[in-house]
Amino acid sequence: MGLLSFKGGIHPPHAKKSTEHLAIVDFKAPKVVEIPMRQHIGAPCEPIVKKGDAVLVGQLIGAAGGFVSANVHSSVSGTVLDVKKQTTAYGLDTVVIIDNDERYELSDTVKPKPDFMTLSGKEIIDIIKEAGIVGMGGAGFPTHVKLSPPPEKPIDTIVLNGAECEPYLTCDHRIMLEEPDLIIKGLQILMRSLNVPNGVVGIESNKPDAIERMKIAAKNTTIKVVGLKTKYPQGAEKQLIYACTNREIPSGGLPMDIGVVVSNVATALTIGNLFETGLPLIERVCTVTGKGIKSPKNIRFRVGTPLKALIEFCDGYNGTPGKILLGGPMMGVAQFTDTLPAMKNTSGILVFQEDEAKLPEASACIKCGKCVVTCPIGLQPIQISAYAILHEYDKAAQFNALDCIECGSCSFICPAKRPLLQSIRVAKREILAKKRK
Amino acid sequence: MENRLTVSSSPHIRSTETTQKIMRDVTIALLPAAAFGVYNFGLRALAILVLSILTAIVTEAACQKIRKQPITIDDFSAVVTGLLLGMNLPSTVPFWIPIVGSIFAIAVVKQAFGGLGHNFINPALAARALLVASWPVEMTTWTAVTPDATSTATVLGIIKEGLDVPMPSLLDTIIGTIGGCIGETSALLLLLGGLFLIYRGIISIRIPGIYIGTVAILTLLMSGFDVQVTLFHIFSGGLILGAFFMATDYASSPITIKGQVIYAVGLGLLTTIIRFYGGYPEGVSYSILLMNVAAPLIDKYTKPRLFGGAK
Repeated sequence: MGLLSFKGGIHPPHAKKSTEHLAIVDFKAPKVVEIPMRQHIGAPCEPIVKKGDAVLVGQLIGAAGGFVSANVHSSVSGTVLDVKKQTTAYGLDTVVIIDNDERYELSDTVKPKPDFMTLSGKEIIDIIKEAGIVGMGGAGFPTHVKLSPPPEKPIDTIVLNGAECEPYLTCDHRIMLEEPDLIIKGLQILMRSLNVPNGVVGIESNKPDAIERMKIAAKNTTIKVVGLKTKYPQGAEKQLIYACTNREIPSGGLPMDIGVVVSNVATALTIGNLFETGLPLIERVCTVTGKGIKSPKNIRFRVGTPLKALIEFCDGYNGTPGKILLGGPMMGVAQFTDTLPAMKNTSGILVFQEDEAKLPEASACIKCGKCVVTCPIGLQPIQISAYAILHEYDKAAQFNALDCIECGSCSFICPAKRPLLQSIRVAKREILAKKRK
Repeated sequence: MENRLTVSSSPHIRSTETTQKIMRDVTIALLPAAAFGVYNFGLRALAILVLSILTAIVTEAACQKIRKQPITIDDFSAVVTGLLLGMNLPSTVPFWIPIVGSIFAIAVVKQAFGGLGHNFINPALAARALLVASWPVEMTTWTAVTPDATSTATVLGIIKEGLDVPMPSLLDTIIGTIGGCIGETSALLLLLGGLFLIYRGIISIRIPGIYIGTVAILTLLMSGFDVQVTLFHIFSGGLILGAFFMATDYASSPITIKGQVIYAVGLGLLTTIIRFYGGYPEGVSYSILLMNVAAPLIDKYTKPRLFGGAK
């Protein structure tokens, strides 16, 4: 079978060589962890511990602030130093600061779960909800919400995202190599929770070893492991589902509209581990990399570890850092400081050197049309951007600006270095603001 | 340290391709055919090419200076326009012809409409059209290739008028040792240049392929399946130069894939119709200019299919 894919897309340099062959290393949390009460899309958690409280590993410290929210647990054992507002990657949020006693004593709530085959879908989803599982590919959407579609939207397939199409990042690659059985178990649990017959794992062809390992792990199951063409944004939800199932999410729709739930391999691993050991989402693997890092690594860290501590664990900065990104270079978010805590959805810390951080100067659009050919959604970024710059947002809306998935392929490919996506984002915001009126 | 971190909107990496590199590659792709023109028609041809390029650059800089815009002559786009215009002139034209042509191409067709990317028709071709309409005698006096460099008719002219003069061989036509404009005669070297541009990802085969294909099929039909005549139609005249280097001009061609297909078929139709039924033996430049004007309309009706939209 040939490689599955989608129309459009780009081929950015992979930049994965420096970490793809490095086994995951554990980072013991530093003396102090700072655990934000909002590490997900949705309502922030209410802290249920206060200054001076003793906490254990896996103990609930933040209770979900609504249905679309996710519990937060302590990643270390020790004493709560403070509960206060602090800057996180999401803005100013309540953060629980814990002094790590380095004994890593487990809370008694942390115990292996019963065999998932003996549980009902509802029971599984409750366990996942309790453990504060969120989408670990980057978005941080609470997983139990994804697993609760309305009854009129039957789900028949779960697609697991192992594409890792972002350049630089290798953490998903490494977990597929090192813990394929737990990932497959996690997928089986997800399938059981919605009583779904089909499970597909999509992996880009630049990770042939991961495809092979995952295929072996999935051998005695109904799960299919498929190779995807190495092309960005192969791991974007719409493109991934299309490649794996040949179904298109309708414009403005969600995966559940076509009977699909998508999850990330890292999320599946955490779920597999949760049932095996009882540990909620308190640790994950991320790739700390880029020319601005002395010794890039794939690191398993405890949630709440400051970015700075992880960077120092990689022997610190190589030269003066010019840009610090959470996530990959295509969709990652630039940060203004390294004193933020790493969170549940921190898949990568990418540091650019000063010269790489320089913004290119935009010149006149030469109408080469490369953004049009490249757009994986079939938009005309050139037109949306032109109208956005003229503040003609109604016209931008007619060119389906709201369908943009913000993958950034248009800005990447533009020879005139125009900030196409940036202006499309402005158009989207204005169109949505007008709709709300 | 913290104040020095750059915070900007994603994506944070960009491709290495730039406008300058694109235009430079187009220039490189044109050079073999241009050099062959000089070899063919002598130093006079070189002088015309140089005049036309220099005038284009100076005009661009002057216009930008007057418009108080940054001067961008280092992006090679004026070089491409000047070179294309020069290659589209007979080597016998007076020296003021390339100067007038380049000034018109850059000052009127390009800069007056907003500069790079805003020209709604191909500047070099528009200038050529102006020159042909204004000074038809100078613009259609063809020189035969040495040794004695006398005035001659082009291959298409001979076919069209049914002239009783010896036709050059097909091989000469492909290699380019025939009469014509400075840079249009060597189909072989132009094809090489075109393939280089496709290899570099600067143009796609879509427009030139469909354009030349349409001309080939229609000519075969109209000539009663005369393969010989069809091959002459493809390899002589300005078809190869026009299809690969002028019809593909970014600013004046459609941006959608469907649009480019329609545009290229339209080019083939118009070129064949003009060649067979029009007043001129050659129709490449007028076809391209006409389809240039239609490009925005074509784009309007050929929006790409939205992912997840109606099939």
